[in-house]
Amino acid sequence: MTIKIYGMPYSTCTARVLATIAEKEVEDYELVPVDLSVGAHKKPEFLKMQPFGMIPVLQDSHLTIYESRAIARYISDKFESQGTPLFGKTVKDKALVNQWLEVESQNYNPCVSSIVYQLVFAPMHGRQGDETVVKQQLEKLEKVLDIYEAHLSKNKYLAGDFFSLADLSHIPYTYYLVNVAKKGDGITSRKHVSAWWEDISSRASWKTVTAKMNAKV
Amino acid sequence: MASLKVYGKTYSTNVTRVLTTLAEKNVDDYQMVPIDLLTGANKTPEYLKLQPFGQIPAFQDGDFTLYESRAIARYISDKYEGQGTALSGNTEREKALVNQWLEVESQNYNPCAGKIVFECVFAQILAGRPTDEAVVKEQLEKLEKILDVYEARLTHHKYLAGDFFSLADLAHIPVTNNLINVAKKGELFSSRKHLNAWWEDISSRPSWQKVLQIIQAGQQQK
Repeated sequence: MTIKIYGMPYSTCTARVLATIAEKEVEDYELVPVDLSVGAHKKPEFLKMQPFGMIPVLQDSHLTIYESRAIARYISDKFESQGTPLFGKTVKDKALVNQWLEVESQNYNPCVSSIVYQLVFAPMHGRQGDETVVKQQLEKLEKVLDIYEAHLSKNKYLAGDFFSLADLSHIPYTYYLVNVAKKGDGITSRKHVSAWWEDISSRASWKTVTAKMNAKV
Repeated sequence: MASLKVYGKTYSTNVTRVLTTLAEKNVDDYQMVPIDLLTGANKTPEYLKLQPFGQIPAFQDGDFTLYESRAIARYISDKYEGQGTALSGNTEREKALVNQWLEVESQNYNPCAGKIVFECVFAQILAGRPTDEAVVKEQLEKLEKILDVYEARLTHHKYLAGDFFSLADLAHIPVTNNLINVAKKGELFSSRKHLNAWWEDISSRPSWQKVLQIIQAGQQQK
């Protein structure tokens, strides 16, 4: 088993990687738990692999890679010939996947991760969530989702008529927004965003990830 | 008439990220179409058709439109693979490391450095308020820790992804120029030996020197 993923299934960024692994039908890998509650991610052995002290990390023989979106790209490239093609077929397809990966990264994720942090992860670590921040980020998110709605009224998926890494990249944090933080109105009140969310979150790959999340609870 | 168009203004680090990539790939035949945030040109219906988030840059190759500077840079890197500097790594391993450090720039470096630059340089012009010193202090503390990691990395490697210049290094140049030369936070770099050497190296590349000239020419046209 050459591939090891260091992380926890309940971590949104680890989940991004696990969903990619499932889409590419990769079975030969090991998930190595990193106990965040005892600060395992800040210990010297871990920092040698990931100097910023964050999960997930991938090891494939002598290669160590971190940053979930970079790991997802690596898996997508390495297993290009199997599972779901995650970058489309043409040069233009790939460019649009990259564009929407950046939109997720720069416009969508900062809002959603902030809301999820304040309402889910801060309380988990004994901290009070900041309602003002939640309100501000929800307002920003509304504007972003209007643009998604317009786009998805003309395109089944973000990069076009094919599911891609760009759609997948949205899943973990959106799952937490809708199902755990219970702030999914922005998603469910928009016809095409809602349909897109239903579609991508009911993929078999995501179901394997939520099964792992729930198994650990 | 050039079939490549870059929409935006050169005061934007996202725009100059694209221009630097074009220069590294020896692509000269493109047109700059001014879209000035200060006049609201980014909010017109025509522009929003190209870039629905109303941000700069947008990019066109013939009738193919693309936005998000890092995605545009990847497209240029792929399209002009056979010329200029190889920017994405040659092996599976190199590509993976380039992607990793592009994400570090995107997720860790740019949010901190960008906020510091915004507060110190743009808060008055763009948000009509003075610098929020508390934000600057908080972000500087974060950035110090991030740059310690960079220093450790660059102690053992000439560039971020290894011994070759790549898009990962390039992506840092515009914001770092603002951080050091405009926001005057150069000490962050001059106090770290290998980080400083890396910055001297990448910022003296002909591609960035060319973009600096384009920026200066743009400023003189006001």
